Amino acid sequence: MIKQLFPIRHVIGYLASLVLSAAALVVIYGDLSDAANMTVLLITAIIQASLQLFVFMHIGESADTKKELYINIGYALFVGLITIFGTLFIFVWGWYA
Amino acid sequence: MDLEKFKVHGEPLIYGAMISIALATIGILVGLTYFKKWGYLWREWLTTVDHKRIGVMYIIAALLMLFRGGVDAMMMRLQTAAPEMKFLDAQHYNEVFTTHGLIMILFMAMPFIIGLMNVIIPLQIGARDVAFPRLNAISFWLFFMGAMLLNISFVIGGSPDAGWSAYFPLASLEFSPTVGNNYYSLALQISGIGTLMTGVNFIVTILKMRAPGMTLMKMPMFTWSVLITNIIIVFAFPVLTVALALMMFDRLFGSQFFTMANGGMDMLWANLFWVWGHPEVYIVILPAFGIYSEIIATFSKKNLYGYTSMVFSMVIISLLSFVVWAHHFYTMGQGVMVNSFFSITTMAIAVPTGVKIFNWLFTLRKGRITFTTPMLYTLAFIPIFTIGGVTGVMLAMASADYQYHNTMFLVAHFHYVLIPGAVFAVIAGFHYWFPKVFGFRLNDRIGKHAFWWIAISFNVTFFPMFFLGLMGMTRRTYTYSEESGFGPLNMLSFVGAVGLAIGFVILVYNIYWSTRYAPRDTTGDPWDGRTLEWATHSPIPAYNFAVIPKVESRDPFWESKRKNIPLYEDKITKIHLPNNTGKPFILGVIFFFLGFFLVFSMWIPAIVAGVGIIIMLAVMSFERDHGFYISAEEVAATEKKLRGETV
Repeated sequence: MIKQLFPIRHVIGYLASLVLSAAALVVIYGDLSDAANMTVLLITAIIQASLQLFVFMHIGESADTKKELYINIGYALFVGLITIFGTLFIFVWGWYA
Repeated sequence: MDLEKFKVHGEPLIYGAMISIALATIGILVGLTYFKKWGYLWREWLTTVDHKRIGVMYIIAALLMLFRGGVDAMMMRLQTAAPEMKFLDAQHYNEVFTTHGLIMILFMAMPFIIGLMNVIIPLQIGARDVAFPRLNAISFWLFFMGAMLLNISFVIGGSPDAGWSAYFPLASLEFSPTVGNNYYSLALQISGIGTLMTGVNFIVTILKMRAPGMTLMKMPMFTWSVLITNIIIVFAFPVLTVALALMMFDRLFGSQFFTMANGGMDMLWANLFWVWGHPEVYIVILPAFGIYSEIIATFSKKNLYGYTSMVFSMVIISLLSFVVWAHHFYTMGQGVMVNSFFSITTMAIAVPTGVKIFNWLFTLRKGRITFTTPMLYTLAFIPIFTIGGVTGVMLAMASADYQYHNTMFLVAHFHYVLIPGAVFAVIAGFHYWFPKVFGFRLNDRIGKHAFWWIAISFNVTFFPMFFLGLMGMTRRTYTYSEESGFGPLNMLSFVGAVGLAIGFVILVYNIYWSTRYAPRDTTGDPWDGRTLEWATHSPIPAYNFAVIPKVESRDPFWESKRKNIPLYEDKITKIHLPNNTGKPFILGVIFFFLGFFLVFSMWIPAIVAGVGIIIMLAVMSFERDHGFYISAEEVAATEKKLRGETV
């Protein structure tokens, strides 16, 4: 009963994502170099994303939908990276100057 | 609170609109009370989680919006019919073309297609409902409330007026100080969340709930197109969600994402808008391709030519749709390298699209073709859409685009793509699947009259715009001088618009006429169909299929009719169905109020509504509702009754 009301895994996951979000604030309030800032953001973002995928989106759970899951993640990466690098391509690297 | 900002001043047309909205509302309320239909409306429709009823509500809403958007279009054509017209002023014209675009794309084409997929997809894959029926109801009510929020802007506070693409800096608080673009960001956000949930729902439905034996490569083509469409929805709509949220922050809370000062970047809006906006074009066109594929196969009495290449061309279109967005703003200032890249990707889309066109033509070849109303729309689609596609390739050439950018040539092009590609398709699908839902066909003779009015008038309306564009008439101009020479062609275009209006009136008359006089279909299969939706009764029982069919080929129903293969082998057992619930509707209403209060920056009521939403979500999360069972005897009795036997 107590397990149902207090799903420990999810609560820890939730707290962890709050902590990670707060940790990323170092970039604003801390006094680090640009490179250090990027490192902090990258690390917290990657942990945050995997936390979401594993704890809340149950990516590791069922074996029979593995293929669909990876196609899905591949497509998501494709769209995400295309959007980011395409935007940089338009406004930074390929901008008329 | 300042009541002044609610008012819209000056135009007799707006007062007319206020009066007609008020009268229509009173009429509906009085009618419901007089005929004692409140209970019926609540029990059977507002609380329903049945995919067929939700689909029907989507389609009714889409038809209403078609007429709202159509009236906008008529007003624009009338205003530009002759030089120096005084029908609308500049501000009003801006509002009209903005809402025309928003309503036609987001509140007509999208819900019409989502409505058709709601009705048909579970039937085509042999399922009893979508994967998450309750989520489906939430999707519908969020879409509906978003649409209503945008519609009331016309009479309360003023409509958005910066174009349907709402480019910054024009759409910023500085240059559009009215609440119009607040409505834009909130109405689109609310209905967009609904669409996103539809996307999740249908991907799961199609991947997990197909009848036994139906492998991915045995799915009907409409189901394939809907699967790919929903994948695009899931990946494209988050971009819109984020862009709209940033827009809302800029307009309501003074942030600087899209401003031209303090590190903001106005062009980033155009960029994000089209990262979503171009895939959006394919979201409305791919299901149309699916509808046409079904109709062509059925009325040629042949299986679809090149099934595998059809599937792959759709997958390729879905990927390419994400890498072409910059072709919407070639003139914004990026260099030659960028424009060349996006030119090439854009032209590449013509290849898989061409594959599909040829597959349809080969399906028709040597087929036994019957010219029904849906088939006529389909056949008209092929040449008209090809004109749209070819002019699309013309626009895709970046260097040439500097000539036609934002001219009427562009307007002609996208109407030539979207009207045959989406509107003809949904009308064709509407005629085709109408008997499945209501148990009788729309009259073919009246339907053909409407078709010829619509198809011919469409060309009369939009073909002159190609020439107007090449002559230099820019889009969104509310008037022009006589010396410009734009007058005669615009007048011709207005004549065409009147013809289109007549066509749509005939279409509606056909619904009325057929409801009263059309013979009832007792077979459930009036067109000699091929796929599973025709294998059940029409109108469809609540549980869709008394026994889940077994699938062995791509056209299971056709094969079972020709070769006498039984579709249903199992015995009738008890059937599990979800309970109706009023919570999605209530959630939608609260969202509507949240949106409304935010539009007018009324913070306290907005916070109250926001808390209300969180409470509703919590209540729905903790609710345990396991649905109900229909007993085997009851199913058997219903089946007998539907077959016309005495119980």
